[in-house]
Amino acid sequence: MSTQNRKDIIKQGGIWAFIAVELAFFSIAGNYLSVSEKAFMDFDNMLLLLKQSAPIGIIALGMTIIMINGNIDLSVGAIFALSAIMLLDSMTWPFMQALGDWAIPLAWGFALLTGVVLGAINGLIVWKTGVDAFIVTLGSMLGFRGLVFMYNGEQPTSHLNWTLVDFAEAQFLGLHTATWFLLGTALILWILMTRTVHGRNAHAIGNNRDAAVNAGIRVGPHFMWNFMLIGFLAALSAVVFYSESGSVNPNDGMLYELWAITAVVLGGTKLAGGYGSIISTLGGVIAIQLLRKGLGHIGADTQTVNLVIGLILIAVLFLDRQLNRKGQEELKI
Amino acid sequence: MTEQTPILRLEGIVKTFPGVRALDGVSFDVRPGEVHALMGENGAGKSTLMKVLGGIHAPNEGQIFIAEEPTIMTSPIQAKAKGVVFIHQELSLAGELSVAENIFLGELPRKSFGRVDWAKLYTDTDKILKTLNVSFNARTRVGDLSIANQQMVEIGRALTVDPRAVIFDEPTASLTDAEKVVLFDVIADLQARGVGIIYISHRMEEIFKITDRISVLRDGQYRGTLNTAETNEDAVTQLMIGRSLDLSRNESSHDMGDVALEVRGLSCGSLFNDVSFAVRKGEVLGFYGLVGAGRTEIAETIFGLRTPSAGQILLNGQEVRITSPIDAIRLGISLVPEDRKDQGLVLGMNCRDNMTLPQIGDLTTGPFVSNGAEVAIFDQYRDKLDIRTPGWRQTVGNLSGGNQQKIVIGKWLSMRPEVLIVDEPTRGIDVGSKSEIHNLIRELAAQGYAVIVISSEMPEVLHVSDRIVAMFSGAVMRTFTAEEVTEDNLVQAISGITPQKVA
Repeated sequence: MSTQNRKDIIKQGGIWAFIAVELAFFSIAGNYLSVSEKAFMDFDNMLLLLKQSAPIGIIALGMTIIMINGNIDLSVGAIFALSAIMLLDSMTWPFMQALGDWAIPLAWGFALLTGVVLGAINGLIVWKTGVDAFIVTLGSMLGFRGLVFMYNGEQPTSHLNWTLVDFAEAQFLGLHTATWFLLGTALILWILMTRTVHGRNAHAIGNNRDAAVNAGIRVGPHFMWNFMLIGFLAALSAVVFYSESGSVNPNDGMLYELWAITAVVLGGTKLAGGYGSIISTLGGVIAIQLLRKGLGHIGADTQTVNLVIGLILIAVLFLDRQLNRKGQEELKI
Repeated sequence: MTEQTPILRLEGIVKTFPGVRALDGVSFDVRPGEVHALMGENGAGKSTLMKVLGGIHAPNEGQIFIAEEPTIMTSPIQAKAKGVVFIHQELSLAGELSVAENIFLGELPRKSFGRVDWAKLYTDTDKILKTLNVSFNARTRVGDLSIANQQMVEIGRALTVDPRAVIFDEPTASLTDAEKVVLFDVIADLQARGVGIIYISHRMEEIFKITDRISVLRDGQYRGTLNTAETNEDAVTQLMIGRSLDLSRNESSHDMGDVALEVRGLSCGSLFNDVSFAVRKGEVLGFYGLVGAGRTEIAETIFGLRTPSAGQILLNGQEVRITSPIDAIRLGISLVPEDRKDQGLVLGMNCRDNMTLPQIGDLTTGPFVSNGAEVAIFDQYRDKLDIRTPGWRQTVGNLSGGNQQKIVIGKWLSMRPEVLIVDEPTRGIDVGSKSEIHNLIRELAAQGYAVIVISSEMPEVLHVSDRIVAMFSGAVMRTFTAEEVTEDNLVQAISGITPQKVA
């Protein structure tokens, strides 16, 4: 096996090793510090952790593809909120209410369509104007959030459908509905990125855009598909989460983009594009959720949790840089 | 300082890189008040020599003397402190800053608490600008200046110290004739002040106009120094190309087919104008000219990366419309680009994925890329082109330049193109692999491909081509057949010396 492959395994395995360390640390530290009687690695606790990872996790999986492309999408939190409003509000429309429970799939459809359309707007602007995705989605983040507030002012949008709640709270083979969506999304995207032409092109474009153009790859439309995909996934994330909660605050989903990016980066995907792995992002999502839960378990408050996650993110990137240093030729800054 | 003490002297400089002896015992000296030309083909070692002089590369052997004092150069800053300054071909200016800030970048005069002494900065700058005799002032934003004036700013930078030796690297590459006159005045002025000047250029005309002596490098070796007054262009060319080309002329002959690609009156803005040529199946058509003559731009236009402003492209006698590389690839035109690493390869991907990149869309079973089909293509072209790699999983960035180039060529051959355009086929490739690539190009022609080779290396162009198009400043000067061409008439054609002859 070439050194390159070995390096890849170390890189992709790193996040899982980190998760193992976290589990060990919180189990042991929990024995001394925990306020609760339960062990940290309690089975139900772990199942809950996966369920709680789902909303940001589904978005982070999509963000991986965007970042492999060398782009970024800051508007996912706002798309998440707007899709959630569409989901809940559409069920209160008179014709929808007349449909009974058949309104549910239709409402889902509306929400997902919202996500795809908003993503397409991002993608189209990036493609046609050539403006950097960071700037485009920074603008649309503000714009889409504006739409959220225009919809219902500062008021939450609420609608509780008990059939929907039952579905969202169901467990199949022990796993919650949300967890199934997270794992299913991961599987599909993993296949997309490793086995299909689209996935191959995504890597090529992120790694060397000029070479991709020279090889006859249509870069603009490719970007557009990926922005539509992440829009869809942000909406899917909203569908999964709000089916259960039934109420959207206009501030919901804020900072989701940054948590998603954190998970992706923690999973080893390069910020500059060209390299990344869906499975490692799944690891990154779980690692963050473990940290939150684990620090809570040993009695830390939310502020401390954020501080620790921030420090770990920087430490991980520093380590990554050390491992990937190309000799002494690198420019000093 | 007497006239006899060289201001700068190099003795037996050797610099090796893994697999390449870039400089092999280079010795020459520069006297005060002298303009000393340094000439050589691309890849002869001029830039490496300058990097050694500037302290960017440490020489493996040899010694640098400044005013006969042995000196070890460690960085361009230290070189400047010793009075050796560089004017680079590529300008490195901060466009948003003023002329004064650029000239004193990194060494702004200061007052207490780190505040900039603006008054001193502007007076000092004005003093320098006065010696340069320019029309702009110290407060002008550099981004607003013409290229020629930006070059003056770059020269101004050199004058913040009292320079002993100034090195000009292709200073006239982007200047108009009128602007050149101004530059030559500045050089004459420096000369009068007793500064030694190294002048790197390809342009014979200038060299004979302003220099006192000419030193020539070839393949990293010092080939001698001539007094400009006592020599002529032919002698210098002879020294540059040297040996009566042991890269023998292309003599292999095979039957040629019909015209595959024809270009009529193709123009693209100011890049090139009214270019016409045709290449037949089984023929290698060489393009030779100086950097900036428009050769690469022609290739990019044919490949759909640029939009032509006029002209026609015909493939097998049919006019075609090419608006993007996708069109070109579909029509069977392939481009092996000039910059392998930036334009040709996805360095972070493995060998197989790079080779199949343009055609994976056709290598699918259902929605999935077929691993077997991909590996089959890779294996076929690895064997055909003799690509040396441990396996298809190897990341392309880890291969040698020669093998990387073969991956790019294999990528296009596997698409079965009709026309293969190869831009600088052996740039940055070691000598052994060079001849392999050359043989490969000849072989491809023998197999019936129409091949266009763009090169800045004369031996290469002479070696592989059946006919050679000589370009100067965006125009075709002359098309030579293998029988007509000599080094002399080729050099003359690409320097724009001879008026256009019968094509």
